[in-house]
Amino acid sequence: MLTQNNVEKSLLQVQNLKQYFPLTKGLFRRQIGTIKAVDDVSFDISFKGNLGLVGESGCGKTTLARTILNLNRPTEGRIVFKNTDLTELNSTQLRLLRPKMQMIFQDSQDSLNPRMTVGSIIAEPIKEHINVGAVERNLRVEQLLEAVGLNPRYTNRYPHEFSGGQRQRIGIARALSLNPEFIICDEPIAALDVSIQAQVVNLLEDLQEKLGLTYMFISHDLGMIRHISKIVAVMYLGKLVELGPAQELYSQAQHPYTKALLSAVPVPNRNISSARERIILTGDVPSPSKPPTGCGFRTRCPHAKKECATSMPQLRPISANQWVACHLVA
Amino acid sequence: MSKNLTSNFVLQVNNLVTRFKTSEGTIHAVNGVSFDIREGELLGVVGESGCGKTVTMMTLVKLLPMPPAEIINGSAIFDGNDLIKANANHLQKIRGSGIGFIFQDPMTSLNPVMTIGYQLTEALRKHKQLSKSIAVKRATELLDLVGIPTPNKKMKDYPHQLSGGMRQRVMIAIALSCDPKLLIADEPTTALDVTIQAQILDLIQNLRKDLGMAIIWVTHDLGVVSNLADRVMVMYSGYIVERTDVAKLYSNPKHPYTKALLETLPNIEGKRPQRLKSIEGQPPVLLHKENSCPFASRCEYAFDRCRISNPSLKTVSDGHEVACWWNIEKSIPRDG
Repeated sequence: MLTQNNVEKSLLQVQNLKQYFPLTKGLFRRQIGTIKAVDDVSFDISFKGNLGLVGESGCGKTTLARTILNLNRPTEGRIVFKNTDLTELNSTQLRLLRPKMQMIFQDSQDSLNPRMTVGSIIAEPIKEHINVGAVERNLRVEQLLEAVGLNPRYTNRYPHEFSGGQRQRIGIARALSLNPEFIICDEPIAALDVSIQAQVVNLLEDLQEKLGLTYMFISHDLGMIRHISKIVAVMYLGKLVELGPAQELYSQAQHPYTKALLSAVPVPNRNISSARERIILTGDVPSPSKPPTGCGFRTRCPHAKKECATSMPQLRPISANQWVACHLVA
Repeated sequence: MSKNLTSNFVLQVNNLVTRFKTSEGTIHAVNGVSFDIREGELLGVVGESGCGKTVTMMTLVKLLPMPPAEIINGSAIFDGNDLIKANANHLQKIRGSGIGFIFQDPMTSLNPVMTIGYQLTEALRKHKQLSKSIAVKRATELLDLVGIPTPNKKMKDYPHQLSGGMRQRVMIAIALSCDPKLLIADEPTTALDVTIQAQILDLIQNLRKDLGMAIIWVTHDLGVVSNLADRVMVMYSGYIVERTDVAKLYSNPKHPYTKALLETLPNIEGKRPQRLKSIEGQPPVLLHKENSCPFASRCEYAFDRCRISNPSLKTVSDGHEVACWWNIEKSIPRDG
């Protein structure tokens, strides 16, 4: 799809990915509907071409991430990672590929086992996947701690002895332990203080430079997404509504939802913020179990027309790189 | 204290000191915080987690568990009475009716087994002694005021039946129910999505215009207060480090911490910096009170004096107070 004018080699291709969950009721778990958590999503991530994924809570960002890593088996669609279709692999084959794709989680408090030392947390993936001796493993752990800016002497400490920012660094070290090529960062800075967020983002950028990583960065912080991503995808109710290079998407957003999202970001500069157009959406995101007909955004869209209720807009190119799913964008 | 002098102020806080006694030592959470707020004013309180902003607000209405918390010193004059010296009965009357509270997480601050209507009318019946039917009528009006559609129907709903944004609106309605003179909002939009946050900020601005109460808005988000507040105070390690008008703070931050905080935020407009500016190091642990500036170890301007004495909050120019030994603009030390 998006490969046509993409000369760079793509690392990951997601094609028409769907992840539906059944809604059941009663003793016999009769199916009464489906939740389309991820609905027909396609994009490409090129080597080192970080993709930023934004959207409100409940729009399917995390489900998409988990489906890409095959933590949930997708309902439909293809996930091509380095020319291998992950959906066709069985669990043994998938396991061999796992070291190449890692994930960093939002809450470092919950994603690190409180009863394991930092050393054993970071060594665990190495033990699982690579057959190396204890000495070499410990050396690797120390190197990893150093790489993420922690003192290698901390290997025998427990997660609770660290601050939030340091714990997130431990999570990053664990993700790096198997020399991955692709890392999904699921809201890695959301739980951190403002002054610590920049430290972690800078670390992620340095590591990318050094190790040649590719990130998919999920966040609701639009400023941070703009900083770290090359391509930005905006998600609403399980669908991509806009996709494009970060600079263009932020300066010339086309989809009404992207515009509203950007205008809702509080900017800490009175001169800029007074000049910005303010769009305040009414209402909440509709429930994914009862999505509106046609365009999912039409219930909150300030420009919705009749046709928006009848047909679903498809994600289509409007310029060389920018893709939009809206009937009203020419 | 003469009445004329204080009439303009809704709340005057003087030299508040709160500590926590823990097994690991005494935590100096609030170290001599003084501020005031006038009628109809919106005061923004900005700081990172653990800087003492919430403890300061909780100290005012004594919502802290005591022990371990201990109010060592200070006064808070509200309505001619000192809240710190007030007895439990008096405070009970002030909480909810004189001072309204909105907390961060509307899910945990609403009772899950009580209907919205019950929780709204509870305060009205207790503080205003309204009859049940009048309280229900007033509660429905309040829900309408905070922009909840079909308020009659929503009165019978339970908190879990509402979305996060709607729950926060209910919290605001409860806080407003007894016409408080002062509303303390502690990170009220932190748990919400940006589009919902924009709705709530809009609502607060309209309510302020219509009802004219004073608001203290506690947040870690410098972006949120920039469009909302009249004055902002920045807290670090239990101290106020800078306080001024909102415009001055953003155009001309004088404390290195405020300046660094503003620079670390990635923008959604303008040129993308090659690298984000970051504040190195960790926020201080408040275990012992040091005779040095609490920010010194992370400050790029720190010099000898910062390590031996802690600067107090001083007015350095018209309406601009800073607690710092270094004059950033002129690159010279400030006078003692």
